[in-house]
Amino acid sequence: MSHRLPAPARARLSYARLQQRFAPYVFVSPFFLLFLVFGLFPLLFSLFLAFHLWSPLDGLGHWKFVGFENFALALDRQDQFWTTLKNTVWIGLLAGVPQHLAALPLAFLIHQSLRRYQSTLSTVLFLPYITNAVAIAIVFATLYSERLGLLNYLRGLVGLDPVRWLGDPSMVPYSVAAVVFWRYLGWNVVLYLSGLQAISEDVYEAATVDGAGKWQQFWYITLPLLRPMMFYAFTLTIVGNMQLFEEPFMLLGDGGGSSGAGLTTAMHIFNTAFRDLDMGYASAMSWLLFLAIFALSMVNNVLFSRGGER
Amino acid sequence: MTSTPVRAAPAVARPRRPLRGWRRLPLWLLMGLVCSLSVVPFYLMFVWASQPSAEVFAFPPHLWFGPAFDDNLRGLLQVTDGKALRHFWNSLYLALVATATTLFFCSLAGYAFAMYNFRGQRALFAFILATMLIPPLVMDIPSFLVMNNVLGWVGEPRALWVPGMANAFGIFLMRQYIASALPRELIEAARIDGATEFGIYRRVVLPLIRPILATLGVVTFVGAWNNFKGALIMKLSEPDTMTLPLSLRRLGGGATNVNVDWGAIMMLVVITVIPLVIVFLFASRQVISGLTSGAVKD
Repeated sequence: MSHRLPAPARARLSYARLQQRFAPYVFVSPFFLLFLVFGLFPLLFSLFLAFHLWSPLDGLGHWKFVGFENFALALDRQDQFWTTLKNTVWIGLLAGVPQHLAALPLAFLIHQSLRRYQSTLSTVLFLPYITNAVAIAIVFATLYSERLGLLNYLRGLVGLDPVRWLGDPSMVPYSVAAVVFWRYLGWNVVLYLSGLQAISEDVYEAATVDGAGKWQQFWYITLPLLRPMMFYAFTLTIVGNMQLFEEPFMLLGDGGGSSGAGLTTAMHIFNTAFRDLDMGYASAMSWLLFLAIFALSMVNNVLFSRGGER
Repeated sequence: MTSTPVRAAPAVARPRRPLRGWRRLPLWLLMGLVCSLSVVPFYLMFVWASQPSAEVFAFPPHLWFGPAFDDNLRGLLQVTDGKALRHFWNSLYLALVATATTLFFCSLAGYAFAMYNFRGQRALFAFILATMLIPPLVMDIPSFLVMNNVLGWVGEPRALWVPGMANAFGIFLMRQYIASALPRELIEAARIDGATEFGIYRRVVLPLIRPILATLGVVTFVGAWNNFKGALIMKLSEPDTMTLPLSLRRLGGGATNVNVDWGAIMMLVVITVIPLVIVFLFASRQVISGLTSGAVKD
């Protein structure tokens, strides 16, 4: 009280305090400003549109309220939405299941026996993940070419008939899934590798002392302790594969190839919104797809938490 | 009782003996196969980019480099009306601006969440994390409408980089790193020396978080460089605004047609992929460890 600071010093001090108190708010504010304009508003707008009939050509304000009609239309089993959802799930399974079945043992082998080369192997396996989807789709389209592609050439060498990789509707899901598998296998290996690294050596040592063999160690130690990482990796796969767009769009064109066998829901929504300009219906479908993704994630969640109670 | 460490008796040999010598051969073969599956498409795009256009679809297919690398470069300039370089620059500009702004805003926010105590901190951070749950797909249509009917940014590169400048993933990554790598005492010391709050961020924090800046930088660069759907929706499709993915689609989209200049297309494929590979090889360890550190919870 008695020894007060001289006025200029006091002013500086309080300015410093003031600065210190408000700095964090200023520092985090860009996110919230951007979210308001490019996140929250669009989100609410999209929800609003889902209940309206509207084309952007009509201009703002000229929307017609249709209630749940958009949703009802999409949920009608005759509608293309169902077909595309089936396509998406089927391609997603064809790419996703083998991806994890291959990535986990690969990561385990690298971690067990090739640890010295781990970062080199990770780099090589990770390359497809960072590639441009459009560029790689063109390369694969070339490989898949019916008469002149490398794949059918190789089949010919061993006396097999050529396959219409991108022409036969029953082959299309496999051809698209193969590209997705190729792109994300390394990503999953890397995820599992980092999960394996987090498991302490001591656990394995203790198990060996107790006489557990390699397989037992894998089943009773590695798999359970890897559970959180598996949950994370599965979730990413589900969320990603359900929104599959670029690979089929580039391999097959925006119609999804012959009979639309490669038409995913994301492509269908894109076409409805930006080609047919039916924004309300497209918004409703995007919310339904969101619900589907959410539901699948919940199933994944439940499967994992139930298994964990053992 | 519960925390008694059980150590293996010293007499027990190191338990897990890795395979050695020839017994590792099957393992090496498997890894060789998997790695070549990863690399072969890259190899092939270089082979095809060096073959005369008519030979890209030769039968049997070429598996070795040809003499037409510069022919295809010229062919590419021709089929793009000399705009191929322009498209490359558009992509580079977009990726660099996106990277610079993302690094700035995310590190600033991450720093605030890691090193300050402020009212509402936890709630704000939780909110940011929660926004990661919104699938990007739901945002496509309304973002286009905001850009088209409200801001008038359709056809402009900023429609692609502005919305992502301060994003949840980047802020989370930065916060985790700064909280674990920077001591609070350092900030206090700078404060006592009279540095301003922003000055501390710029001169103390930024130089010390270079590793994680590299991680987020590469991820952002790659993401912006590869952004196809965004460019498609925001109509970066004029000859002068087109980015490489759209340029590629214009040339090589749809069914495989033998009558187009495939050598030129493969050249564009190579041009699109090379910067990615360079940027990634430059920092792959950093990127991989940085990306997965966010995934493993401590």
